[in-house]
Amino acid sequence: MAEVKKIATRDSYGKALVELGAIDERVVAIDADLAGSTKTGMFKKAYPDRHFNCGIAECNVMGTAAGMAAMGLIPFASSFAMFASGRAWEVIRNSIGYPHLNVKICASHGGISVGEDGASHQCCEDFALLRVIPGMLVMSPADDVEARQMVRAAYEYDGPVYIRLGRAAIPVFHDEATYKFQIGKAEVLHEGNDIAIISNGVLTYEALKAAEKLEQEGIHARVLNMGTIKPIDAEAVVAAAKECGGKIITAEEHSVIGGLGEAVCAVLAEKYPARVRRIGLQDVFGYSGPMADLMVEFGLDADSIVKETKAFLAE
Amino acid sequence: MTPERIRELKLIANKGRMYIVKETHAAKSGHPGGSMGAMDLMTYLYNEEMRIDPQNPKDENRDRFVLSKGHCAPGLYAVLAMRGFFPEEDLMTIRKIGSYLQGHPNMNTTPGVDFSTGSLGQGYSAACGMANAAKNVLKKDINVYALLGDGEIEEGLVWEASEYAAHYGLDNLCIAVDINGLQIDGATKDVMNMEPIDEKFASFGFNIVKIDGNDYNDLEKAFAAFHAVKGSGKPTAILMQTVKGLGVSYMENQASWHGKGPNDAECAQALEELEATRRLIEAEGADVSPKAETPSGIQRGED
Repeated sequence: MAEVKKIATRDSYGKALVELGAIDERVVAIDADLAGSTKTGMFKKAYPDRHFNCGIAECNVMGTAAGMAAMGLIPFASSFAMFASGRAWEVIRNSIGYPHLNVKICASHGGISVGEDGASHQCCEDFALLRVIPGMLVMSPADDVEARQMVRAAYEYDGPVYIRLGRAAIPVFHDEATYKFQIGKAEVLHEGNDIAIISNGVLTYEALKAAEKLEQEGIHARVLNMGTIKPIDAEAVVAAAKECGGKIITAEEHSVIGGLGEAVCAVLAEKYPARVRRIGLQDVFGYSGPMADLMVEFGLDADSIVKETKAFLAE
Repeated sequence: MTPERIRELKLIANKGRMYIVKETHAAKSGHPGGSMGAMDLMTYLYNEEMRIDPQNPKDENRDRFVLSKGHCAPGLYAVLAMRGFFPEEDLMTIRKIGSYLQGHPNMNTTPGVDFSTGSLGQGYSAACGMANAAKNVLKKDINVYALLGDGEIEEGLVWEASEYAAHYGLDNLCIAVDINGLQIDGATKDVMNMEPIDEKFASFGFNIVKIDGNDYNDLEKAFAAFHAVKGSGKPTAILMQTVKGLGVSYMENQASWHGKGPNDAECAQALEELEATRRLIEAEGADVSPKAETPSGIQRGED
């Protein structure tokens, strides 16, 4: 794989939001004093009259977004994943989820890759928190191309959506000209039938690198990029279990509890029992450090995936 | 308002209180106390103040009302039904399986309900978003009203919403705080004393109006004061003293009647008392209103 350029998915979000602002006057952006970080600042610059800062008040971000949606607007509500999904959870549940309002929650700084800020800001629970709300779509892009298409797809979908975005610049590996993101559809990024690796977000690129390394050792791993965690592409999960030796590895920048890993387990337990090994945070909090080091510390890098894969195949 | 109009509104509110009793009796649960006290405010809003069309409940240009103290749904439903949003006989289905009248208001099932509420503080936050959308994005002349409880304002979100309302100059937003002095665990001053409520909202930049929320002349003055500050950028807070459980002797000023339905005997007595009040209003005109005595003893409630 050739060296590729790197873009943070929060930047992709900012760009995509500006484009949506141009085509639809109902699109508004709502922030909690983090417009510079969540990249809604780009929207604010382009459409200052449609950007509303709530100050440091995430619950009110969600409440006022719900009210604006009830008036027919299409609010994009942003903060760090920790505060958007955590602090404001019950407002999302009761004022956005229950009335099924057309609010797009786009949360940046998800996962451990936040780095130096440490555990208080490393949200590894958001997929779990949002998945459990009835009717809520939960997505997480793997690169810039997917992120921009995902934001567009969220806009086109009528209902509540949660998208987790990242702080750090990550490799762009999708081809803009050919890739087409679809809500609820997995993407086969690497063919193989020995084992399947299902991932999303930052981990997808690591899974790809791992698959290439495994290939050199004669292990053919299928890599499935699962941009939509809910509704999950059950068909692709079952096919992977059937066609890849009944062994699946899930890899996500999230707790192994409640996220992609458990969503995959639920599909398999009900439809096609298979062995699963979950890569993610093993029921622990993170800590401060540079992103690259943390990814290794918590086993979220390509080499760790290679190691886990081989160990799993040996069982 | 003419004395005759006031008399009409009192008769509507009195009928609404009968419905609250019947609804909570039929459901064997619900929140009669707060509904009774806030009945005059909601009656006034839907019959005098708001620009609404019951035949076209989703009209984009209508004024909005958010019952942020969503547990007072029995009162809101009665007002909406009497105003023609849905059949009055449906009121008795409240809280039953299959009914569109949920225990707390649901905007997707009930004609006339502008926002789903029940979790305190959130309706007010949504109302602020609605008012901001109307004023600063859609640029339409739409008023947004919200009713909050005096217990509800203990929620932190209420103050996040208040800072937002002032910051965005939402002079199309009018909130009413229903000050009945009681919450589930007892008197608000004992559970969490929020006084001085007027100074709190004033310091946030609100236009403050203090009234008797069970007096129609006062209600008329309060909404006139709201309209008078249009263009000032100030949101309005009507701080209204009310009597929880107003109209039924054994419910008045009793926290225990926050969240339970009357039994058969209690229901019969309540309807008898309200019928007597109705006859008084009919006979004596505008000067009669069910007035309660000062609370002698505060009981703890349950929910």
